Amino acid sequence: MIDQKIVDPDYLLFEAPRTSEYITGSEAVREAIKRANVDMAIAYPITPQSESMHLVGDIYAQGYVKEYFRGENEFAVMSSVAGASMAGVRVFTATGGPGTMRAFEVFPTWAGARLPIVCAFMTRGINSPLTIQPDTIEMAYLLETGILMLHAENSQDLHDMLLMAFMVAEKTDVHIPVGVFADGFFVTHTRDKVNMLPEDCKLPSYDPYTSPVPVMDMENVPVRQMRDPFVMKSNFISYAAHASWQQEIDAAAERSRKYLNHYLGGLIDVEHEDADIFIVTSGTAVSQSREAIATAREEGINVGLVKIKSIRPFPGEEIRALASRSKGIIVPEFNRVGWLAKEICSVIDEPRKVVRGPRVFGGMTMPPELILAEIRRINQ
Amino acid sequence: MKTGMLKISPGFEEIMPPEYRELVDNGPYGKDYGIGDLGSYKELLEEHPLCAGCGLALSLRLTLASLPMPEDTVIVGSTGCSALAFPQVALHNIHSLFGNQNAVASGLKRALKLRFPEKEKDVVVIAGDGATADIGLDMVMQSWLRREKITTIMLDNEAYANTGGQESGMSMQGAVLNMAPTGKKFPKLSLPEIAHTCGCAYVAAASPAKPKQLAKVVRRAILVAREIGPTYVQLYSPCPTNYKFNPKETVSLIKQREKDGLYQSKEYISQEAQAFLESIEVKK
Repeated sequence: MIDQKIVDPDYLLFEAPRTSEYITGSEAVREAIKRANVDMAIAYPITPQSESMHLVGDIYAQGYVKEYFRGENEFAVMSSVAGASMAGVRVFTATGGPGTMRAFEVFPTWAGARLPIVCAFMTRGINSPLTIQPDTIEMAYLLETGILMLHAENSQDLHDMLLMAFMVAEKTDVHIPVGVFADGFFVTHTRDKVNMLPEDCKLPSYDPYTSPVPVMDMENVPVRQMRDPFVMKSNFISYAAHASWQQEIDAAAERSRKYLNHYLGGLIDVEHEDADIFIVTSGTAVSQSREAIATAREEGINVGLVKIKSIRPFPGEEIRALASRSKGIIVPEFNRVGWLAKEICSVIDEPRKVVRGPRVFGGMTMPPELILAEIRRINQ
Repeated sequence: MKTGMLKISPGFEEIMPPEYRELVDNGPYGKDYGIGDLGSYKELLEEHPLCAGCGLALSLRLTLASLPMPEDTVIVGSTGCSALAFPQVALHNIHSLFGNQNAVASGLKRALKLRFPEKEKDVVVIAGDGATADIGLDMVMQSWLRREKITTIMLDNEAYANTGGQESGMSMQGAVLNMAPTGKKFPKLSLPEIAHTCGCAYVAAASPAKPKQLAKVVRRAILVAREIGPTYVQLYSPCPTNYKFNPKETVSLIKQREKDGLYQSKEYISQEAQAFLESIEVKK
C-alpha cells in the first residue's frame, strides 16, 4: 500500500496531474475506490459486477479499505451496507441486474434513512429467461427510489463519477445515496484509456456528525427518536410526518443539483448546440450515437448530441430548452421499455418530437446504422 | 457515550419534556443497574403502546433492564409488535425492514468497531419470531456462520402478532391460527439447537416468568458476544391478544407450559464462553 495524503476534492478531481492507462471498467472501479478513502465495502458476486468487487477486495487486502466481506445475498448486502452507514462510516458496494432486483426493498430505505451510500450498478438484463447480457432495464425500476442516479458512458466517467458520488452524497443538505450506473460488459469488461489520478492522494474522510439525522452510535443525541411514534397510527400528524419526510428527500435530491453541476460540469454535455436534430441519451448509447452523428454530419445533416450524465436529478429544464428549438429528438436505449424516452417526453413541451428509439436489448449492441436511419428519416 | 452527552443546554431545562429530564437526572446510563433496581430509576422504555398482558412487552422491559452497558448499546429491531415499542426506547435503535435485522447489525457492528476500536459498543438484535425464524432466518444464520459479534434476542410469541395472528415457524404444531385454519402442520422450529450448530458461543432459552434467569442469560449473551462471537437468546413471550387468553394469565401460562413439558429453559455454552464467564462471574 502506498502512503496516501488527504487532498481537497476539487484539487483531486480537477487539478491533480493525470496519467493515462489502458484499463477495464472494473479496474476503473478499483482505482476510484482506492482514492475514495472508503472505510468499508461489502461484496456479493453477480455477473458482470463480480470483478469490480474482487478488485475492491484486493485493495482491502492491501490496506486501502479498512473492512470488507462477502455477504449472503444482495438484500442482505444492501442491508449490511445500511447498517454500516448508520454507524457512520463511508461504505461502498456494487451489484447489477437480478442482484439489483433481489435487493430492491432496501433501496428506498437508504434514501429514507438519509444514508450517503455509494453503489455501482453494472447493468444487466433481468430474467426470465436467464440472461447475463447488458441491458439498462433495471434503471427504470430505480427511478423513484430516492437514489441519485449517474450514468457513465465509459470507464473514465465511471472512475470520476464514483469519486464525485461520495462528495455529493455526503453533503449535509443532500445526504442521500448515489448510484453510479455503467452498462455491464460494454464498460466493465472492455479496455479503454482512463486518465488516472495520483495514487498517493485520496478524498477527505467522512465526518458522520455532518449527517442531518443521528448516527446510530450512542455518541450523539437524541437517543430516543420520538415522543409519540407515528408508525401505524391513523391520525393527521402521522400522515403529515411521513409525507413531509418523503418531500424532504425529494428536496435533498433537488439540492444536489448545485453540487452535481459543479463536479460534472452540468447534468448534460451538448455537442453541436445549434443542431436541428438531437440525439438525447445516456450510457454507452452515447458512444454509439456519436458514431452515427459523425456520419450524418458528413452527409450535411445538422444533428447534435445530448449526453445525460445525471438521471436523478433529471436535467429537465436543460433538455426542455434544447428541445424547444429542435426539429426532432431521437432517444436510443439499451432496454425494452424506453424509460429514458418517457422521462424526456415528460419534461418537454412537444413530446411528439421524440422518436422513442431505436432500442436494443437482450444483450445486443446498438448498430450506429439504426440511429443513422432515424436521423435521416427525421431530416426528410 | 461521552460523559455529559445528554446534559441539557443551560436555559432549556424547563423546556425539555419531563421524561427526557428524568432520563438525564435518573437514567440507567453508566450505572450498573439490573432488574432488581426496577422502580428506582427512569427506565429506557417509555410508556409503550403494546397490549395489556403482552408477554413480548414484559420480555422487552426486562431485557432492557438487563443490558450490561446501555450507554454504549445500539439495538437493531425488525418489523412487528416490538417495532411499535422501539421508537420509545431511549437507546439508538434501528428499524430497517422486516427480516434484515441481522444483516443490518453485521454492518453496524463492524463499522462501530472501525470507528471505536478501543471502546466496546454492544450491538443487540431484538426481533420477533416471524422476523427471526421465518423471513430473516437466512440472515440470522449467516450472521452466526460469519461469527459476527452480535447478540440476537428473539421475542417468541409464537405468531405474527402485529399482522393479526398468523402462524409462524415458531407456532406449536396443531395451533389454529390465521393462515393455519386447520392447525399448523409442522413442529415448532428448534432455533436454539440450530444456533448452537451454527457456532453461537452462547445460546439460551428463557422467559419472563423467571425474571432473574432472563436477566442472567441476556447479560451473559451480550458479554460473550462482545468477547467471543455470536450469541442467541430466545424468550418465550406469549400473546394474549392472538392466542385469546386472559391478559392476567401470561406468566401463569408460561409456568403451565413448563409444567406440561412444552416449554423448557435451555443454555448451551461453548468451552471458550464458559471459561470467559467463569473468569468474570467469579471476579464479581
